[in-house]
Amino acid sequence: MVSDIAHIVDPDDFEPALGALAPKLGADGRSIAGLQRLSGGASQEIWRFDLVRDGGTEPLILRRAPGGARVSETAVGLEVEARLIEAADAAGVPVPPVRYVLAHEDGVGHGFVMGLVPGETLGGRIVKSPDFAAARPMLARGCGEALARIHTIDPAAFPNLKRSNPSDLVDQWETTFRASGWPRPVFELAFRWLHDNCPPPPAHPKLVHGDFRNGNLMIGPDGLRAVLDWELAHVGDPMEDLGWICVNSWRFGAADKPVGGFGEREDLWAGYEAAGGVPVDRAAANWWEVYGAMRWGVMCSGMANGFRSVDPSVERAVIARRTSESEVDLMRLLASGAR
Amino acid sequence: MQDQPTPAEIIGAVSAFVKAQALPELTPHAQFQMRVAANALELAKRDLDLSPAEDAAELERLTALLGRTGSLLDLNTELSRRIAAGEADLSTPGLAEHLWATTLAKLAVDQPNYSGYRAALAERAGKEA
Repeated sequence: MVSDIAHIVDPDDFEPALGALAPKLGADGRSIAGLQRLSGGASQEIWRFDLVRDGGTEPLILRRAPGGARVSETAVGLEVEARLIEAADAAGVPVPPVRYVLAHEDGVGHGFVMGLVPGETLGGRIVKSPDFAAARPMLARGCGEALARIHTIDPAAFPNLKRSNPSDLVDQWETTFRASGWPRPVFELAFRWLHDNCPPPPAHPKLVHGDFRNGNLMIGPDGLRAVLDWELAHVGDPMEDLGWICVNSWRFGAADKPVGGFGEREDLWAGYEAAGGVPVDRAAANWWEVYGAMRWGVMCSGMANGFRSVDPSVERAVIARRTSESEVDLMRLLASGAR
Repeated sequence: MQDQPTPAEIIGAVSAFVKAQALPELTPHAQFQMRVAANALELAKRDLDLSPAEDAAELERLTALLGRTGSLLDLNTELSRRIAAGEADLSTPGLAEHLWATTLAKLAVDQPNYSGYRAALAERAGKEA
């Protein structure tokens, strides 16, 4: 039994296997160096490393399932995510170039390797730092243009992505909320309003990014450089993406700039329509913003039960206590007409 | 009766200690985690300081609004039921004002610097002025 211990490999010790892939990551790739974990939560790990090539090194990013294996129930899966990024690239959306999709026999786990796009993803810095002062006024329009291109990707190429109507989604979140077993009159008000004002099923369902917001965008002083985090992509109403980026939680303190804390709705919509998006249904975009505030609120409120069962971390406790942020956002949207 | 200082005072002293003295001794990653922890302690302190009065006021409003007595959990459950059933909405006298008061009291504990909270306070001050 004691000898078995020598065979137990740390699930994070995939560096030799990744190094062996060097020739596949670049024609003159020799080895890898400087592997370090950047971040990543329950559904993904993110690592950066340098590919050592003849005459220099190239920084690359590895997105990998936690421990190489665990797959989230809600995410699309990393292989699909890589294909989505390639399809977005072909549609003219700024994305990091996918370099290599891991195969089972590579021994690194589920995931893919992509190029590193330099820039900033931290929402607070994007809305405040002088480094992005020149970029901010153009960003809302740039986001609209990128969304219009995302919505040209053919959903038929992704038959396994979830297809959902607005009313199904409200029902789904309401079920999740009810399971939490904690009364929230403000959420009840929101669910009533969402049911009463629900848009019809989209006439032309589009491939929706699902998490297009400040925090998931790589921004440089010159503007939008890459759209990241495709794991919540699905097929549905394209107005969903136009509402989600306006939810106050993604304005990072700059509440007076409805689009991500950096821009105006009119610029987002103008960019969207100019780049070939369908005419923006203002009422539907507003409905999706209310839906987004509710969705984020239900996600936060679920953290309380998670904190008491699977993960008693400080971080989870604190996120659970952010549910009231969504409640005040919903009150402002529904009870004061503020937008 | 327990002796002094109160739990809120002790928690306040611990979070002040963490921020002023412990944080600089830590590695950057541990500093980040410890700052989150200190902020959580401050939240708990605000809850201990503010909730007794706010809970009493909320209970009084709910009792008047619903015309019945019960615990905060009971009455919030009943209000939720009525809103879900369409028996109460924003046009119900006192309801909007109750939800605003309750929501703002939660934010004063949970996230007093949240932009949506600051904006709501400013909007309401503007209306009263």
